[in-house]
Amino acid sequence: MIPPLLLSLKLALVTSTLLLVLGLPIAWWLAFTRFRLRFLVESVIALPIVLPPTVLGFYLLLQLGSNGWLGAFWQRFTGHTLAFSFEGLVLGSVIYSLPFAVQPFTTALASVDRRLLMASASLGASSWRTFWRITFPIALPGIITGFALSFAHTLGEFGVVLMLGGNIPGRTQTASIAIYDNVQMLDYATAARQSLTLLAISFALLILINAFNRSRNWRLQ
Amino acid sequence: MTATALSVEIHLPLQRFSLNCSFQAQREAVVLFGPSGAGKTSVLDCIAGFRRPASGSITLGKRTLFSGETGENVAVRQRRIGYLSQQPALFPHLSVRRNIEYGLLDLPPHERDARVNEILERFRISPLAASRPAAISGGEQQRVALARTLVCEPELLLLDEPLSALDLSLKSMLLEALFDWQRERRVPMLYVTHDQQEAYSLSRRVLVMEKGTVIADGEPQQVFSTPANPERAALSGYENIFHATIEESHPALGTMTCRIASTDLLLESPLAHKGHGESASLAVRAGDILVATTPPTGISARNIIPGRIDSIEDRAGMVELRVLCGATAFLVHITRGALQTLALQPNQSIWLIIKTHSIQFLRS
Repeated sequence: MIPPLLLSLKLALVTSTLLLVLGLPIAWWLAFTRFRLRFLVESVIALPIVLPPTVLGFYLLLQLGSNGWLGAFWQRFTGHTLAFSFEGLVLGSVIYSLPFAVQPFTTALASVDRRLLMASASLGASSWRTFWRITFPIALPGIITGFALSFAHTLGEFGVVLMLGGNIPGRTQTASIAIYDNVQMLDYATAARQSLTLLAISFALLILINAFNRSRNWRLQ
Repeated sequence: MTATALSVEIHLPLQRFSLNCSFQAQREAVVLFGPSGAGKTSVLDCIAGFRRPASGSITLGKRTLFSGETGENVAVRQRRIGYLSQQPALFPHLSVRRNIEYGLLDLPPHERDARVNEILERFRISPLAASRPAAISGGEQQRVALARTLVCEPELLLLDEPLSALDLSLKSMLLEALFDWQRERRVPMLYVTHDQQEAYSLSRRVLVMEKGTVIADGEPQQVFSTPANPERAALSGYENIFHATIEESHPALGTMTCRIASTDLLLESPLAHKGHGESASLAVRAGDILVATTPPTGISARNIIPGRIDSIEDRAGMVELRVLCGATAFLVHITRGALQTLALQPNQSIWLIIKTHSIQFLRS
């Protein structure tokens, strides 16, 4: 049985790593495309910011259950439903935190001076080499910010997790839900301890990122 | 005669006019000259592959880089063209050495190091090799950018006012290094500038561009000394342009006497197909006028005009005098040395000396 806090950290790490892999290509496309309907794609990605988590959770629940196409598909391959499972939580979190990763990524990639990319191309570099050697390192602070924001956002996630995962201790009971549960059971002492830990982790994470970005900017100036 | 190294024909609608330009170059340095906004940079962007012409064709040696007919359009990275603009565009997170070796990453390490070391030496930037771009001066950055471009051994060099942000002494040092390199490698080179003096000093061939079209092509003297109209005269460095009427022509002497409009000032000009009383535009280069502090005698020049120095202005590399001759103001360029030797002061009386053949007729 995994304690709620560890489950939260695991969920946050898996989600933010997946978002790094998925979000970077999306962000790269958004930053460099000349597609006219780009704003539509941006709006879809930003939707989780304005949508109540319960609404998002509700729709996902319908999809992930054995009656939803995704849930049925998953069940045929794995033998269990996506709803009320860790995998389901990951999927929900990825969608829920998508804008928190993609938006900083896009801003960071788009702000890389185009002249550098032109110089790289004229020096014979492929798009792939230009991305990994020029664009990515220069955009790194924004990419780290996006990673950390999606991590922190997933760590504090409540509504989607509750709708999708229920409250199964050791499987889907994350820290934020455990806190809620303890308050309901009037166990304020445990709730306080868990809250403080979550606060400390989030705060430490933000300090770390700001310190890193600051030291890097100093070196480049 | 070697095969044409670079052949360019570009048609591309821009915002205010259309680019319709066509020229060839051998393994030579060619200056692309014209006012800001004439389309020079767009031409370079098309050749480098950053912009796609609507139609036309671009070939470099035996390679077709772009063909409007077949739709062929070689990617920027495969063109093997060195492009350097006013901004050095150094990669800020890489050291000088890593910047320079960037175009050589596919070479084996020992060969790469050897080439990087050689170019570091050549441009005297070895001591900077470990520095980040932010830690070195603007002139050093541009030197590194030039080294980074040349170390790849491009088959064509495109330079878009690469040195215009640098001071004079640094500029001449870099130009020398650049042109030495060009002469050694015999690689075609297009050098964009809107500075006429630069165009004069850099190359034996100048292409003049205006509103997207090449309007003149030839040696600088030839291109700049026969301007077609007053706008182009001003553009190509005729600082003095006067409206005048023909007073008298002297076919036997091969000269004419012209009166500068609404003054008594007479100038002796070369003979032109114009008759008495006709009006004309005359142009004289500021650098073609001599200055004397006493009235000169025993001199072949036909125009010796008394005047008074109105102002003295030190420009980059030379001194510009504004001289009032009656109601007519002349701009005269002299060297700093001449200014010192003659000890010229504002308000001083002097004589301007203009050879007959320094006066050009413009088509009005």
